[in-house]
Amino acid sequence: MGAVLDESTAKRIYEKMVLIQTGEDRIIRGLGSGELAFGFYPTRGQEAIAATVGAVLDESDQIATTYRCFHDVIGKGVPMPAVLAEMVGKSTGTSKGKGGPMHLADPRRGLMLTTGIVGGGAPIAVGLALASVLDGAGRVVVATFGDGATSIGATHEAMNLAALWKLPIVFLCQNNGFGEHTPLHEYTPTARLSARAAGYDMPGVTVDGRSVPDLYGALSEAVGRARSGQGPSFVEARTERILGHYFGADQPYRSEEELAAAGAAEPVAPYRQWLLDEGFADEAWLSDADQKAVDLVEEAVAFAKDSPPTPPSEALTDVFATIGA
Amino acid sequence: MRRITMADAINEALDLALSRDDKVILMGEDIADPTGGILKVTKGLSTKYGTDRVRATPIAEQAIIGAAIGSAMAGYKPVAEIMFVDFLPVCLDQVVNHAAKLRYMSGGLTTVPITIRAMVGNGENAAQHSQSLEAIFMSVPGMKIVVPSTSADARGLMLSCIDDEDPCLFLEPMACLFQRGEVDDDPQPIPLGTANVLREGNDVTFLSWGGALAATNEAADLLAADGISAEVVDLRCLVPLDRQTILRSVGKTRRAVVVHSATRFAGPGAEIAAFIHEELFGDLQAPVLRLGALDAPIPYSPSLLADFFPTGASIAAAVTKSVEAGAH
Repeated sequence: MGAVLDESTAKRIYEKMVLIQTGEDRIIRGLGSGELAFGFYPTRGQEAIAATVGAVLDESDQIATTYRCFHDVIGKGVPMPAVLAEMVGKSTGTSKGKGGPMHLADPRRGLMLTTGIVGGGAPIAVGLALASVLDGAGRVVVATFGDGATSIGATHEAMNLAALWKLPIVFLCQNNGFGEHTPLHEYTPTARLSARAAGYDMPGVTVDGRSVPDLYGALSEAVGRARSGQGPSFVEARTERILGHYFGADQPYRSEEELAAAGAAEPVAPYRQWLLDEGFADEAWLSDADQKAVDLVEEAVAFAKDSPPTPPSEALTDVFATIGA
Repeated sequence: MRRITMADAINEALDLALSRDDKVILMGEDIADPTGGILKVTKGLSTKYGTDRVRATPIAEQAIIGAAIGSAMAGYKPVAEIMFVDFLPVCLDQVVNHAAKLRYMSGGLTTVPITIRAMVGNGENAAQHSQSLEAIFMSVPGMKIVVPSTSADARGLMLSCIDDEDPCLFLEPMACLFQRGEVDDDPQPIPLGTANVLREGNDVTFLSWGGALAATNEAADLLAADGISAEVVDLRCLVPLDRQTILRSVGKTRRAVVVHSATRFAGPGAEIAAFIHEELFGDLQAPVLRLGALDAPIPYSPSLLADFFPTGASIAAAVTKSVEAGAH
């Protein structure tokens, strides 16, 4: 499949994957012990997707993501300290603590919005892509969403308009097999979600969302099509949801065996091994990357905890740009 | 001075904005030529500025507003047409959860300078094509809401909405859209949040806007014949609300009547009346009256419509009753 990973890109992707995994593990430990307290939608199992998106896009390219976003945000290059500070509601967070874990934004790094509304981001991503065409800027937009968003009308309106206007956008469906607590086969008869793309006359492909080489090939092709004016694509990246819908949610609808199999299918360790097998990295480099991730995350947790709270005077700022009201 | 319809005045504002600033773009169903909008408000604009900037869209309100929001976040000033305000509920998520909140949710890092055009009604087309839903949006912080009643106001307020950094809902009353009014040859923006005193009076203040103003003015004439002098204030903007003008006028007349085409229960008048009571309770000679549409879906039959919206006679009667009650 198309583009092939070179060593430096492969290593950058690993650094991001391990940073996502380490950060999320740390968040979950903190939430479990009571050290941290916020609503959190785990992304475990989706690290490869976000890290590869980050590697395929330029910093000026844009993404619109959804509330299960920690991996996407780190993958796009948003600094961990500001992300964690936002999640605990501090003034040093990406949105000064006014958005929270479901509403991160960092437009300078191309993270344009994180929506808490399933499917709500895709139409806005279409507008971002329209702006790119009007600017002649060559920016590519990735609208990323879960499999659940393929059942909501907004996503379909967005795909139709993007295809009609041949916009530089990639619809990236991170299929973890569940819409909240409902398995995919119980909410749609469509076994292969990328088949939806044909209805809008755009290419659709399904890839293993745990395989960095497969993701890199598919996403490079889709982003390349977008950048060269050939219009939108749909990429379905299949993975496993390892944890519950949100932190603390039980999964009575999955057997012990299923949960064990999902956990065993996590993508970071196999990719680590793949880098060794390909000769892209040795154990020393990998251990160093692992340790750097731990250090970065610990620094970020300390920064978030030590940051000042958002002052109450901020409650009424940023409602309007100019007012009055 | 020329006399042109509100539809033509809006067209002039859009034309001017498109010519002055290449970041201004238009999108909506049927807005491009040869249709030029279902009521021709955008006629000629796609021919003049091209279909890259004046874009006809599918019947897809969520995509229209989403595309407007996204392009606005990336530096454009889109004007999105949603035809009838009744269709805004189709894309309420994009308006309420995104356009109105993205600035706040990002701590001010992103901004959504869009203008949404939609017609509001007085029962012209029954239950799903002639509502006045401004109260829904008044309760969503982050949206500005504009309702012009004249050609000159429509042109000036549209220019302000397009250049405003915040999302603006620009509501076009069907009752006014084809009324002719004077405009001068030097189009200037009218600042948002400024009410217009249409008629000065001493005994009662009418606070009204859009399509309800015709009946309100008629009531003022009827009351004048009875020796009651009414001040008529066209609020023009519901957010931001021109509180100063309201307080100045009601402080003088000590009686206020809000008249609107929206339903009365939890309508815009409830907020305006509460505000006046909070500020001027001791000065008022009577409770603030709220006159609006009956609390039912808008009916079709003319016989059902006859008393559905406030009329000049019904408004005047309500004021007379209030004045007489106060005299005892």
